[in-house]
Amino acid sequence: MKILVAVKQVAALDEDFAIRDDGRDVDPDFLIRDLNEWDDFSLEEAVKIKEASGVPVEVIAVSVGPEEVDESLRKCLAKGADRALRVWDEAVRGSDPIAIARILAAVARREAPDLLFAGVQSSDQAFASTGIATAGLLGWPHAAVVANLRYTPGAKTAMFRRELEGGLLHEVEIQVPAVLTIQAGINTPRYASLRSIKQAAAKPIEVLGLTDLQLGSDAVGEAGSLSRVRRMYIPEKGRAQLIEGGPAEQALRLAAIIREFKGEAT
Amino acid sequence: MSGILVIAEQRRGELRPVSLELVGAAQSLRRDGEQVAVAVLGQEPGRFVPTLSVAGVDTIVTVKVPQPEFDPDTFVAAVGALIDARSPDVVLVAHSVDSFGYAAALAAVRGYGFATDVFKIERVDGDLVATRGGYGQKVSVELDFPNRSTVLLALRSNMFKPPDPGAAPQVTAFEAPVTIGRAEGKEFVELSSADDVDMTAAEFILSIGRGIGEEAKVEQFRELADAVGATLGCSRPIADAGWLPKSRQVGQSGKTASACKLYIAMGVSGAIQHLAGMKHVNTIVAVNSDAEASIFTVATYGIVGDIFEVADELRRLF
Repeated sequence: MKILVAVKQVAALDEDFAIRDDGRDVDPDFLIRDLNEWDDFSLEEAVKIKEASGVPVEVIAVSVGPEEVDESLRKCLAKGADRALRVWDEAVRGSDPIAIARILAAVARREAPDLLFAGVQSSDQAFASTGIATAGLLGWPHAAVVANLRYTPGAKTAMFRRELEGGLLHEVEIQVPAVLTIQAGINTPRYASLRSIKQAAAKPIEVLGLTDLQLGSDAVGEAGSLSRVRRMYIPEKGRAQLIEGGPAEQALRLAAIIREFKGEAT
Repeated sequence: MSGILVIAEQRRGELRPVSLELVGAAQSLRRDGEQVAVAVLGQEPGRFVPTLSVAGVDTIVTVKVPQPEFDPDTFVAAVGALIDARSPDVVLVAHSVDSFGYAAALAAVRGYGFATDVFKIERVDGDLVATRGGYGQKVSVELDFPNRSTVLLALRSNMFKPPDPGAAPQVTAFEAPVTIGRAEGKEFVELSSADDVDMTAAEFILSIGRGIGEEAKVEQFRELADAVGATLGCSRPIADAGWLPKSRQVGQSGKTASACKLYIAMGVSGAIQHLAGMKHVNTIVAVNSDAEASIFTVATYGIVGDIFEVADELRRLF
């Protein structure tokens, strides 16, 4: 039994950053990279299923990106993934989530997992699309925003609750193989031990190119994307009226706002 | 290819309010002579016709499907068939949990232009341009869709104004293809309120976020909330970590703080879902050490500073 966990190395912006000269992305020098927050939960969910299983379960982490992505994959290995796969080709640059999904679908065809997990969304671009697009391309059953997953390896179906808006949950049973996008909070992701970090550093990361996956370069990048970035810009922001001063002055003003709201004399 | 197709959203017999916002967005985008159709899927889709009869809708398309509630396979098949039949150049859906479950699959398979969490749509020199956030909403990104004859956009809620009611659109039924669903929706479960707090009724909420740093600090903010007469709430990461029960979570996916009039957010950076869930609040005061935190873009008042220092000083005043 196999679980494929698609992970993304996300990019957060440095305090000061600049838009690239072509005006279509942020200058990469100002990006701070880390494993996507949601993916930490989906990896943990896969490892939990493996640990509770009576039959062998293999957890494979896969990511699309250049060599620097190995850092995030090693994190996955340290937290319990058995194998790590990275797919890259320069033609992948400029891919939207759908082009990334084409690659993930090709990896899933090759690995034939029973479940494919992805995070609900990425903390940087937040399309909430990659996992479900992958399912569409594979023709697999799929569900988004999964909480409270119950699956016994070997079973023909999995049970879970879709986490809906406004504190509502929807119980669903789905046939496997399936693609599930995992919601943050579904579990408590573990910390990697020093020992497992060391072990992970020694494990190989398998690197695949487009030809290994029988994908043409037109399947990815701008040609394989369903949208194109025209322009990126820093929006006008900060309409909050700032309360200046030290903590004591700020608290005094805040207390006045509270008292005014409660209809008390200040 | 012409016209705009809106996919309305319903759950448990109620039309979700975002459906009418999508119509408002369609209205703002429509060109002279362009038709706006609104489709609604359900076991008895006809029941939503009165609510969907709003200004700017030319046609309501009722699509009868066997499942009472959202089902991914059904939606991929039915919405795909509907797009084939009507050939709209723009399809608008909500950026919602239901749409997360099918829109990307449909767009990927059919090759529609596609973007999600869009908060602005316009035509620039005849080209459709959609704007969304990037890098944790710190930048805005304009997308276009070259050579795509149909573009499917998932729009952020609370961004587009719903139109006035009281129109009389044409109503037509659409025969959805028969699909064998591979997922079976069962019962709905309300999030249990572990400590009997009703966030929907709270008028004054003091909320804590990641900025509190550690679980041990929760108690001091609970005490502060009590002292100032506020209900203690939290952002998603605090509930996810189990520091406060899920029933205390405010923002889009938690309990909607619908009655809230004063909201003090301490150490909440403001993920988009959180901000969207609090947008209706009259007065938002954000306290955060990061002057660049997104929450300052929606807050009425901002305090840039150490939340513990401000909290201690505030406590002394009550």
